[in-house]
Amino acid sequence: MSLDDWILALHVLSAFALAGAIVLFWILVVALRRTDLPEETAGINRIAQAGTVAIAAGTLGTLVFGVWLAISLDAYQLWDFWVIAALVLWAIATETGRRAGVEYQRAGDRARELQAAGSTGPSAELAALNQSSTGLLMHTVSTVAVALILIDMIWKPGA
Amino acid sequence: MSTLAAIRPDSWNFPLFLHVLGAVVLVGALLTSSAALARADGRAGMLRLGYWSLLAVGLPGYVVMRIGAEWLYTKEFPDNPDSEPAWVGIGYITADAGALLLLIALIVGGVGVRKLRGGGGTGLLRVSLGISVLLLAAALVAVWAMSAKPD
Repeated sequence: MSLDDWILALHVLSAFALAGAIVLFWILVVALRRTDLPEETAGINRIAQAGTVAIAAGTLGTLVFGVWLAISLDAYQLWDFWVIAALVLWAIATETGRRAGVEYQRAGDRARELQAAGSTGPSAELAALNQSSTGLLMHTVSTVAVALILIDMIWKPGA
Repeated sequence: MSTLAAIRPDSWNFPLFLHVLGAVVLVGALLTSSAALARADGRAGMLRLGYWSLLAVGLPGYVVMRIGAEWLYTKEFPDNPDSEPAWVGIGYITADAGALLLLIALIVGGVGVRKLRGGGGTGLLRVSLGISVLLLAAALVAVWAMSAKPD
């Protein structure tokens, strides 16, 4: 196996970390929408930490190893249409994903505050934070951008 | 590798997309299940979330991944050759053993979730957790093999 083969493998593994974390966050978004309890919200927030680690590694890895491959392989150039499209979509996915994270973090922070104050019952404020429409919208946009990157990587339009 | 990627026929693209999409959903479900079951600390809600991630998301992901894989195989190896590249073998071993393990995790975990109402079942769900972590590791090895394509 050549170095480029290893870099490609790391690029694809990073993509799986990124996309797998998006699936994880979808499951947690659905679970959050069904609860208004501080303990459950805080518990779901703890699960999200695994997704945060995966998405950080995936976001960085896809970019670094992807750009490396575009420079290293003779068949592809950084200015190829499908490579530029992937970079633009990557930026959109990263920023919208970050904004979704900020939205849902508020719910986690509030749940921990309620727990610290000894409040364990249902909270209308927590329910509203858990059902954040901005968070849902940002996560949807991020997911669509990543799905388009996958399509772009497979079909390679213009290559 | 770059040459292979460049000459891949267009007709392979959709089966490949299905295969990758299913695999991504499966990996995401395994990650969620592992994290939820590991961090549940006996809380029934988290244990149920971990189990249902595996059943409602992981199982459909596996089916889509496998359909895409078979479809792609018939296109890439239409003559069903006697000797295949190592990466195909790694993929099949991982997928077949993975199906069996996933089934065991779902059955054992399903019994565990039923027992949660009576205060039990956490031990059984720990077995599902162990299998989920194992499947996640195996899936990552398969992803490496599928992308690096060792001979």
